[in-house]
Amino acid sequence: MTLFTTLSKAIEDGVKDGDIVALEGFTHLIPFAAGHEIIRQGRRNLTLVRMTPDLIYDQLVGAGCVSKLVFSWGGNPGVGSLHRVRDAIEHGYPAPLEIEEHSHAAMANAYEAGASGLPMAVFRGYVGSDLQHVNPNIKTVTCPFTGEALAAVPSIKPDVGIVHAQKADRAGNVLIEGILGVQKEVVLSSRYSIVTVEEIVDDLEASPNSCVLPAWTINAIATVPFGAKPSYTHGYYPRDNSYYKRWDSISREREPFLKWLDEEVFQAGE
Amino acid sequence: MTEQYTSDEMMTITAARALNNNSTCFVGIGLPSAAANLARLTHAPDITLIYESGTIETKPQVLPLSIGDGELCESALTTVSVPEMFRYWLQGGHIDVGFLGTAQVDRYGNINTTVIAASHKDSGPDGAHSYANPKVRLPGGGGAPEISTNAKEVIITVRHSKRTFVKNVDFITTLGFGRDGQGRKGKSTLGKGPTLVISDLCILKPEDETNELIVVSLHPGVTKQQVIDASGWDIRFADTLQTTDEPTSSEIEVLRELKRVTEAAHSQTETA
Repeated sequence: MTLFTTLSKAIEDGVKDGDIVALEGFTHLIPFAAGHEIIRQGRRNLTLVRMTPDLIYDQLVGAGCVSKLVFSWGGNPGVGSLHRVRDAIEHGYPAPLEIEEHSHAAMANAYEAGASGLPMAVFRGYVGSDLQHVNPNIKTVTCPFTGEALAAVPSIKPDVGIVHAQKADRAGNVLIEGILGVQKEVVLSSRYSIVTVEEIVDDLEASPNSCVLPAWTINAIATVPFGAKPSYTHGYYPRDNSYYKRWDSISREREPFLKWLDEEVFQAGE
Repeated sequence: MTEQYTSDEMMTITAARALNNNSTCFVGIGLPSAAANLARLTHAPDITLIYESGTIETKPQVLPLSIGDGELCESALTTVSVPEMFRYWLQGGHIDVGFLGTAQVDRYGNINTTVIAASHKDSGPDGAHSYANPKVRLPGGGGAPEISTNAKEVIITVRHSKRTFVKNVDFITTLGFGRDGQGRKGKSTLGKGPTLVISDLCILKPEDETNELIVVSLHPGVTKQQVIDASGWDIRFADTLQTTDEPTSSEIEVLRELKRVTEAAHSQTETA
């Protein structure tokens, strides 16, 4: 059984330089430990896809792993800016960063289209928004039945999708509870998927309509307790809101960020 | 005699009053979230609050810092995936009120949360020039572009200043009534758009026909001149200009308690 592995092996096998990678989790279940492992392994020129880049992509961008960001809301929720992302966009530090900007509805639809095997998503969106003038991937299609003009965006099909979850059973089936975000969609739309879990259990104790990812939809599972910190895992530990507030001063200038990177990522190890 | 209150409290309480008990409200984070929960804790106990993280009929005891705090899910009737939220619940027509904050709003209720341009000469007709020449890069659209067009109506709450209330936004992230005020005309699949803008100085509504925002009510003690000085266009006032009702002591008390427990919760270090 090669499904269960270590985080370092999962990232080493799954994530290559230049890949399109989506580490998802809508505020909840953000796979921070996996992000830090990508930094430690020194991956470069990644295209990172995520609805809310959050601190995890601020960290990956600041560490120089990223050449393009696809996103729909790029802030530190309730706190302010993502300073490392801004430094990359505004000053090209530590590397120039190309951006492709959407709305949440567009990205949610695009993930769903990716999971559905479709080339594009169609939805009622972007009406009157200037985003369609700055993102060539936002187009209009006409409904062949009603004539209504609708928005179209390409589906999201990452090379690698990475999510965190509560638990897996010994066969590798994964249960996700709480705010689900696009967790199921990103796993099903990605060519290769990695899941980190809080724990392995004998029985998922899932109710019939639970969000369960069958083992055969996943390429690698690593047990990483607290793998979503400072985000949270519903039923295990709360969101560390005070850390999100502290991140503003850690990330605002390059020096304190680099010190954080060295102490909390490189020296911390897996 | 009502007790002393701040202009921010006046704004939040006025915004809360704009929501009614029967509404289904899609709530943005920050000022809208505070006002929506104040409404729920005062005159509108049965209001349905929905956040874009998928939480439906949520009743948080502390205000969320992010749109997906665990509190929202734990206190919700049910939690759906984000694609389902945007497709079935918002686009499907189940939202009465979209409640939004913003960095900039213009005289036609258009919202900019994307970019402040380096110079106002730079803001071309389609926002592309502003986008390529930013002075301040803002977080972006998030859920707002589709909330504003798919909700039946939109309420905006934002602090009043020359930087926020501008003649033309540098970039239309989210449609109000477009650059000429007629951006929704003939589009039957869209909601009504902004029906109310509530600032810390006054209440504004779009004028019939033109859809230009005009002041319909001044908060107690606020002068016309204060509003004029804090607005980036030649702002107009309704013929029958009202004075907003003062906050009641109970509204102030509930709001302060909500802020107090929220502050305490968010300053705690992680306790797992």
